[in-house]
Amino acid sequence: MPIPGLGLVGPSANGKLLDPRTIILVLIVLVTLTIFLFVGQILKRRPESHIDPAIIRNFNKRVTTWLTICALLVVALFFQIKVVTVVLFGFVSFWALREFITMTPTRRGDHRTLFWVLFGFTPLQYVLVGLDLYAIYTIMIPVYASLFIPARIAFTSDHKRFLERTAKIQFGLLICVYSLSHAPALLNLDDLVTFNTSAAQAGDQAMLPDGAVPWDGSTAGLLFFFIVMVQVSDMLHFVWDRLFGKYVIAPSVNTTKTWEGLIGAACCTVLVAMLLQSLLPVTPFTWYGAGFMALLISVMASSGSMTMSAIKRDRRVKDHGTLVMGHAGVLDRIDSLCFAAPIFFHATRLFLDGENRIMFGATKEAVAMFFTGG
Amino acid sequence: MKQITVPVLAAIAKILSGATLRWVDCEPDTCQRIYFANHTSHLDALVLWSSLPKNIRALTRPVAAVDYWQGGPIRRYMATVFDVLLIDRKKIKVHNSPIDMMIREIGNSKSLIVFPEGGRNVTGEMREFKSGLFHLAKKRPDLELIPVYIDNLNRVMPKGEFLPVPLLSCITIGAPIFLESGESKAVFLGKARNAVLKLKEA
Repeated sequence: MPIPGLGLVGPSANGKLLDPRTIILVLIVLVTLTIFLFVGQILKRRPESHIDPAIIRNFNKRVTTWLTICALLVVALFFQIKVVTVVLFGFVSFWALREFITMTPTRRGDHRTLFWVLFGFTPLQYVLVGLDLYAIYTIMIPVYASLFIPARIAFTSDHKRFLERTAKIQFGLLICVYSLSHAPALLNLDDLVTFNTSAAQAGDQAMLPDGAVPWDGSTAGLLFFFIVMVQVSDMLHFVWDRLFGKYVIAPSVNTTKTWEGLIGAACCTVLVAMLLQSLLPVTPFTWYGAGFMALLISVMASSGSMTMSAIKRDRRVKDHGTLVMGHAGVLDRIDSLCFAAPIFFHATRLFLDGENRIMFGATKEAVAMFFTGG
Repeated sequence: MKQITVPVLAAIAKILSGATLRWVDCEPDTCQRIYFANHTSHLDALVLWSSLPKNIRALTRPVAAVDYWQGGPIRRYMATVFDVLLIDRKKIKVHNSPIDMMIREIGNSKSLIVFPEGGRNVTGEMREFKSGLFHLAKKRPDLELIPVYIDNLNRVMPKGEFLPVPLLSCITIGAPIFLESGESKAVFLGKARNAVLKLKEA
């Protein structure tokens, strides 16, 4: 007898991008953010309150960014156009990479390489995601771009700090473009979902775990679940750091991030995800599956902000640049999203795949499958 | 036609350069000014001009070398769009002084953007200023001399490249300097150069 799996309640019954439950989630998020926006504005006009104005400014900036991103995503998904969402993320990637390269010094000899990275690989990655060419978009940047970049730099006959320069460009491309592109790639999992649906509709109900019903959600639900969890995790991390933070993880990298924040945020995010999945199932996961996913997301999100802190700290010590200052700091807002995206994408893909669906029930094979891939 | 092309090209220049404009101890004003800046890229004049507020932009002309801006139809077109005041570096003589020409061209209303280094610095180190700025200040002491520091544009389009890499750049505009009475040429030019350098840290 199959035991209910961690991965799936059941496959989707429609191939649409948006479903009613996702719309409800989106509305809740939009309303919450709007309330936050008002609260932030009220706090800004009250200098007599005892809250640090820098925190309020930071809070307002974050809220505005997320309101903009969510609003744009809603517009894109409302019209059922995957392309718009992919292009939107493409522009975010482009801007983030631009900030990253501005922040890290490069040499004259890197100019043409940078041109190819910004105008070649970046758009190409999103075109591939849009076309759902999984086999190519998962390896293009880590393999082909990683070979192209050092070779192109070598051709410019400037060997000074060669490995350092190569690594900088590769890392920027990997984080800002490759990793982030896995967020809109979640919409591609539709194929997997519809494939399962047709199998289920063909009377193959036996394939589903006991008591499970076919999932009638949409892939946009996955994307929103992911984005909301990253934001919840970031927010909780901040709150835990402020309220209970005692043991700083790495004082030389980031003076505010604490172990209490990391663990507290992870635990609370798991609870939020479980609650969300029970009340408003926007993902095909079971409630404990959603909790597991939230744990992955939260840990990766925290790692992302830590990594970016390390890079920024390294740069700031060396030069007090005013270059990126005047801008909103896109990279600042999406660092956690970038780190969590590929992990969430691959874990989801694994669970959505019909053959792996009950793997957490069948423990032995599951573990084998998880570690060996087959 | 120019009403459409100028704002569009200015917007493209601003987007490509990702330029942040900072006014430090200085406010935008339509009074007659000489903006003098460090020169690291062909884009300097265009980006600085594009970043200025619209009403100031209309009164401001970049000064640039004729040998570059007459090379090829695109550059020639850009020079007319951005209202560039072209100077022939090879034909500078006493009776054909570019200073007189600049003063003639600006009249009583226009401002200028000049690059006193005379050419682009390649190493990143600012070159010594040419004397033009001193003569300009001497002949028209009423002009406000505004130092401008342009950061990172050399990475957007370095010398010898024709395709831009749209990194972010920053333009800092500082407090005006004036020619003090009895100040020698060398002292004044050093002061002007330092005023630009100081903005790097501002």
